[in-house]
Amino acid sequence: MSDTPLLSVRGLSKSFAGHQALAGVDFTLRRGEIHALLGENGAGKSTFIKTLTGIVRRDAGAVWLDGVAIAPRSAEESARAGIATVYQEVGLLPNLTVAQNLFLGREPTRFGLVRGRAMRQRTSERLAEFGLAIDVGAPLGSFPVAVQHLVAIARAVDLSARALILDEPTASLDTHEVTVLFGVMRRLAERGIGIVFVTHFLEQVYAITDRITVLRNGRLVTERETAFFPRLDLVRTMLGHDIAEEEARSETAPRAQRIGAGPPVLRAERLGKVGYLRPVDMTVARGEVVGLAGLLGSGRTETARLLFGAERPDQGRILLDGRPTRIANPRDALRHRLGYCPEERKTDGIVADLTVRENIVLALQARKGPFRPLSRAAQDRITRDFIAKLDIRPPDPERPIGLLSGGNQQKALLARWLATEPRLLILDEPTRGIDVGAHAEIIRLIRSLCDAGLALLVISSELEEIVTYSDRVIVMRDRAQVAELADGAIDVTAILRAIAAEAPAPVPEPA
Amino acid sequence: MSRNLPVLVAALLFAAGYGLCATQYPAFLTTRVVGNLLTDGAFLGIVAVGTTFVIIAGGIDLSVGSVVGFTTVFLALAIERWGIPPLAAFGIVLAAAGLFGAAMGALIHVFDMPPFIVTLAGMFLARGAGFLLSTESVPINAPLYGAVSDLSLSLPGGGRLTLTAGIMLGVFLVGGVVLRATRFGATVYALGGSRQTTALMGVRVGRNIVAVYALSSLLAALAGIVFSLDTASGTPLSAVGVELDAIAAVVIGGTLLSGGQGGLLGTFLGVMIGGLIQTAITFDGTLSSWWSKIATGLLLFAFIALQQGSVALAGRSGRRARASAGATVVRPAEARA
Repeated sequence: MSDTPLLSVRGLSKSFAGHQALAGVDFTLRRGEIHALLGENGAGKSTFIKTLTGIVRRDAGAVWLDGVAIAPRSAEESARAGIATVYQEVGLLPNLTVAQNLFLGREPTRFGLVRGRAMRQRTSERLAEFGLAIDVGAPLGSFPVAVQHLVAIARAVDLSARALILDEPTASLDTHEVTVLFGVMRRLAERGIGIVFVTHFLEQVYAITDRITVLRNGRLVTERETAFFPRLDLVRTMLGHDIAEEEARSETAPRAQRIGAGPPVLRAERLGKVGYLRPVDMTVARGEVVGLAGLLGSGRTETARLLFGAERPDQGRILLDGRPTRIANPRDALRHRLGYCPEERKTDGIVADLTVRENIVLALQARKGPFRPLSRAAQDRITRDFIAKLDIRPPDPERPIGLLSGGNQQKALLARWLATEPRLLILDEPTRGIDVGAHAEIIRLIRSLCDAGLALLVISSELEEIVTYSDRVIVMRDRAQVAELADGAIDVTAILRAIAAEAPAPVPEPA
Repeated sequence: MSRNLPVLVAALLFAAGYGLCATQYPAFLTTRVVGNLLTDGAFLGIVAVGTTFVIIAGGIDLSVGSVVGFTTVFLALAIERWGIPPLAAFGIVLAAAGLFGAAMGALIHVFDMPPFIVTLAGMFLARGAGFLLSTESVPINAPLYGAVSDLSLSLPGGGRLTLTAGIMLGVFLVGGVVLRATRFGATVYALGGSRQTTALMGVRVGRNIVAVYALSSLLAALAGIVFSLDTASGTPLSAVGVELDAIAAVVIGGTLLSGGQGGLLGTFLGVMIGGLIQTAITFDGTLSSWWSKIATGLLLFAFIALQQGSVALAGRSGRRARASAGATVVRPAEARA
């Protein structure tokens, strides 16, 4: 075949409302290669995919497929041109049969009637190429997600896809299912199809990909062959840590003086859920900040959700103040005085149209139940208190919270949970998307809360931050706890090494 | 398996109900009762076929009762006052109703409006238009009407299969083939699964939505023709609330109100169960006929509970399948590669 790459992207750019989400990204996909596209939150991976496949219009840049310039305006046009995307949400119809899904819109017909038998026959043949022997007349929804993914891939390939983008296909698959998927990917690559593989699992990157492209802050950082890209380098590249820079930092990073930690408030023993999080063990004590570090998708948020009852664990137990406690849902968690500031402030946290006061008293009112309303006077008192204590600006309790800056919204969210007088507060990315000044303030706040005797579990991608405020750091990778660093050993390099450490082959989960 | 459960239950219920009636009233074992059941259910059955399509496609059509009403008045006036030959009048009203439904479908698709509101507006429009034509009942004396009412197929045992019953059975048969064995039918199920996903899979969603609502209105007009043939008159007040009877029959027949699942066999059983209750009450003679409404209400509750139960059950077994997925997925040769 010719030397022209299968897919060639030059200078792809896209900005949303003045924010440059993608800045002149180059990308090359060769025939028959499996190419990892990596990056942390906000790196621009999904914008890249959406812009490439025409779901959003590009501002600048060019795309060539097999040497022909293309500019699709929708996912459908892109698929017809030969670039198909299979997302984590399968994008097929669970109520139709497998065969109907594969052939929807192009069913074989005779005299206007669908030739059902021929359709099922052909479906079985296609899927057999993937090593899949299933009843193609059964509804797609009756099969596990792994099979649904394979059917989606089969449909894409059948629609003559030459480039296949798999966006986190393995996020909800178990070890065996991943093996199967990899088998199919290799086979497709052998047929000359180029595959872009987006994942958060480093093990998988090294298990299957030929090359790696890393994006950060909307820019191309590097493109290298997987075999010559050591793990530690990769993690550093993804997180944006130059080695020199890092050494300079680790010397200057001030370590706050610690008061001794009190008795453990929360203790998780072998807490886990099959296919979601491998069992973790952790304790958080009074007056202690425990940091949860790891790459995006490493299991940090999953841990928080299990602790808070937002997801139900199927193994292990939680002890609060030494007593085993069942936390079946977030309401239970509230009742036991746990608090959780989620990562997505805009969607999971603030209610933008309500005032600062209403947002602050929300959790407290929820805990008291609808029949014991907080008096207006009490609401005003609490709100005034926290506006002063946390220095929320402008100090106007009746302002819709959506009009505040990110940092002040975050403080109001903190106030919401502090108002419930929690014994443990979980903060998920408390400094994401807020400006540098507010950053420092939030960090100072975290420290002072902890000194006041609160137990805190803080999730953050900002390693310097974690190092600054944590008494202990738990490192996560590939949905498992891989290390715990205690006081003396906490620095950025140690965390990076723990994330990048060559894992022993992952032990298959007990099903 | 579990997706056929509601139809199976409806079939069992109908059989049991029929058997019970037969022990009470031996006349139920004659073809006469069977024939009457079909004739009485004819007009609702035809409407319900259209409703089944709409509901499987994830929508709802509240306008069908009004379209039936409008059709009967229009036919009465067109034939008696304006001198249009009956067959031509049938053609005109079918075309008009098809366009009316297509317009509703277009509104629903283009402006992404909720079908409930659009067809509610259509319901008021069509009912109002009927009253605009005439506020009272108009008898139809055309010779065709007299001829048709005599037209029937004698069944062994003294029963008669009337023309209207025949039309209904035909509509069910053709509808069943379209739904099960054409691209359009597959698309109807796909739309009920997810309109957005269907569009992303490259299907032209708009024209299919328009077609579904056009079909529903068209069948409502056909039901109106049947209704006017049966009663030999037209009144704007006819078929009030029939859209709800049709929805009830569809749901009792196992079609999910949320769309994407169901079928016409179930709807047929749903219509027949309604007819059976009505007939049983007539045979009894002492019960108020409104008891049929109460029975229908109770049945609806029971069937919705049944559906929710089986949906929950399916969800659970699906998750179980996920947990033990490994074994079923692949032949060992793949695992390596």
